[in-house]
Amino acid sequence: MTTATDSAPRNNLLKRMFIRLGVLPFFLGIALIVFALLSDKFLTVQNLVNVGRQSVYLILVSLGQMLVLISGGFDLSVGTVIALASVVSASVMVAMAPVFPDAVWLAIAIGALAGFGSALVVGGINGIGVAVFGVSPFIMTLGVSSVGAGLALFLTGGVPVSGLPYAFGNVFGFGRLWGVPVPVIAAAFCVLAMWVLMARTRLGAQIYAVGGNIKAAHLSAINTRRTLMIAYILCSLIAALTGLLLTARVETGEANLGGTIALESIAACVIAGVSLRGGLGRVETVVLGGFFIILVQNGMNLAQVSSYMQMVLLGALLILAVIFDQLRYRMIMSGR
Amino acid sequence: MTDTPIIQTRALTRAYPGVIALNRVDFDLRRGEVHVLFGENGAGKSTLISLLAGANTPTDGEILVDGRNVQFSTVADAQAAGIFTVFQEFSLIPTMTVAQNMFLGREPGYGPFTDHRAMRKSAQALLDSLGFDVPVGETVVHLSRAQQQMVEIAKAFHGDPKVLILDEPTASLTDREVDHLFATILRLRERGVAIIYISHRINEFERIADRVTVLRDGAYIGTTAMADTDEATLVEMMAGRAIRDIYPDIPHAPGDVLLEVKNLTAWGVRGASVTARRGEVLGMAGLVGAGKSRLFRAIMGIQKIHGGTVHWKGRDITGAPTRHVIGAGIHYLSSDRKDEGLDLAKSSWQNLEIDLMMGREARGPMIRPRALRSVAGDIFEKVELRDSYRSQVVAQLSGGNQQKVLFAKSFGHDTDLYIFDEPTVGVDMGTRAALYRLIGDIAASGKAVIVISSDLPEVLNLSHRVLVMTEGRISAELTGDARTEDNVLRYFFDDNGESA
Repeated sequence: MTTATDSAPRNNLLKRMFIRLGVLPFFLGIALIVFALLSDKFLTVQNLVNVGRQSVYLILVSLGQMLVLISGGFDLSVGTVIALASVVSASVMVAMAPVFPDAVWLAIAIGALAGFGSALVVGGINGIGVAVFGVSPFIMTLGVSSVGAGLALFLTGGVPVSGLPYAFGNVFGFGRLWGVPVPVIAAAFCVLAMWVLMARTRLGAQIYAVGGNIKAAHLSAINTRRTLMIAYILCSLIAALTGLLLTARVETGEANLGGTIALESIAACVIAGVSLRGGLGRVETVVLGGFFIILVQNGMNLAQVSSYMQMVLLGALLILAVIFDQLRYRMIMSGR
Repeated sequence: MTDTPIIQTRALTRAYPGVIALNRVDFDLRRGEVHVLFGENGAGKSTLISLLAGANTPTDGEILVDGRNVQFSTVADAQAAGIFTVFQEFSLIPTMTVAQNMFLGREPGYGPFTDHRAMRKSAQALLDSLGFDVPVGETVVHLSRAQQQMVEIAKAFHGDPKVLILDEPTASLTDREVDHLFATILRLRERGVAIIYISHRINEFERIADRVTVLRDGAYIGTTAMADTDEATLVEMMAGRAIRDIYPDIPHAPGDVLLEVKNLTAWGVRGASVTARRGEVLGMAGLVGAGKSRLFRAIMGIQKIHGGTVHWKGRDITGAPTRHVIGAGIHYLSSDRKDEGLDLAKSSWQNLEIDLMMGREARGPMIRPRALRSVAGDIFEKVELRDSYRSQVVAQLSGGNQQKVLFAKSFGHDTDLYIFDEPTVGVDMGTRAALYRLIGDIAASGKAVIVISSDLPEVLNLSHRVLVMTEGRISAELTGDARTEDNVLRYFFDDNGESA
């Protein structure tokens, strides 16, 4: 179940690759060459492993973003969900720790559940707005994003929540299992689950169908509202998981986590061939898309590009990707 | 008639990777003639006119206008040469009024200011001269499809064309509107305008055609004067074989009543009662906007039911959501395959498989791609969709093949009642025959079929029983020998002879 490109038999290889995978392979190739030329530290195993580890968080959020994009919408509130999940879970953990002094893991679990609970609410509100009331996803998630960010700041008074149980940071922030960092394992698990969802379950196929043509999906007996709701809720839940992992990493609940991640995750998806029109996109390439964004940031850091300039370039990259997405869509539709 | 044709093509060719859509076609159009392009889907008609209209560029060959070689790279280029085209796809802006749409890009006025009154006035004058009954101040989104089509045509006439190309302009018009359109076409012909007219319906264009050019598989088959030919010859030229009768003989074996609708009211439906039985094809005839489509869209849960009841196999399903109605065994094939039928950016396989997953092959949360593929293959065999079209993106298929995919989708569910809403809109003769055979097979297998259609011969020839709808009500039920075109037409209008 995926792209629509079993056609166009005798086109040249590059064109076929573009139609199938989008602009990512080309961008990735260019980035590798440019940054390798700019810094000799870039193309080292150590640096690339490092990039891989750093990209875990963006990949996770992008997976959720991909669901919503494929369903034909997008979610600007993922950054807010990260902040909210961080603040809520941290506050609850800190409050629960003295209640269960002998069971620190119970306190952590309750805190994590509270974090996921807040994401459930945010995703649910997004879903209701988009699916039931037909609000444009842009405005809906932008509004919710402001509400959530305000709440996160309000709950903490703008002060980071500290005093989290050590075990939390030790395991989920810096822990390793079989030598692999726990966040990487979490991400790998999510990637696998997401692949199964999109390629092998009816729900995944329904999300593709709703994004492709919602009216046709309705006439194929799909519960379109439920499908959209699930997409937004899953997106929020994955963002919340990312929020928890980041909280464990910084060992405080912070309302400013996830600042630019909404834009970055959309960029990662679009570059990876997820169409902004909905209905098209693949899990495997989105993983690479997230990796690519972090790779570019890493390369720019090594090349000593200022962080202000990095913002400019990231935005430009997104716009470029959207333009290529448009071209690709036209090619798919016309077979040329 | 002067000697130089107004348009002439020489070895005109348009090739795509792997397929030649138009292969060395020589075509000529004379001043003041109505020239019909006739052929099955994929025969190259649309490609030919897209080249003449400037919407597409040839890969080889040349186009001569008034004997001079021209190269159009945009539609505006062709319009500058006096060639105007009404494409099948509408180009209207739904949120603007009729007048605004007609004058889009050439609004009358002073400098940057638009003279709205002058615009409405000349829009009205143009519509009147065409005999089209469309309110100029109305927003396009509120118009019926037929009225939108009229605005689309009026827009082209507005440019004072030397050549007017009409791509199946009557697909959603009623007979009366078609009469108006034909009168207009003939008037234009008097003025020396040359008209290229694409149609699948011989009995329609034989009234206006001067010459007919037949295309098949992208190649030119021949041109003949309408007066020198007949339906059988043309169909044979088009199909490369004789189609004796495109309508199958459907055995009438009425069984149990499956659907019983009593006094249903909904938007555009003012109290309609319908029953559908196994082994019977029920036809729904009526003007566009008479409510024949809305009645069934309400039953399907696509629009709200205000009153009345719907019983399915004895169970009350009034107001049930669409997916439950489908799950209960009723399938609705939409009249608008692009807007609400197909996912255009996906392959035929993917379009069908989603229905299988939701219908016949729905077992558990996981899908088994291989099992799905094999069932889908059987269904594509049944609807006669060629192998090479199955993995192609649906947007790239011809109208007829898209319609086959849409039919295939209705076999993805366990269905006892098939509701086909305008099942052959924009579909060529050969495909239509195949789709009619399918409809016949369904009824013969003891299922119930409802055919909603504005195409009178279609409703009359397929159905055992015909209901005529007028202004949201059932105005007549015709069975047996009463099923004649005259009878149906009589009930199309109210007693005073006025339409809605």
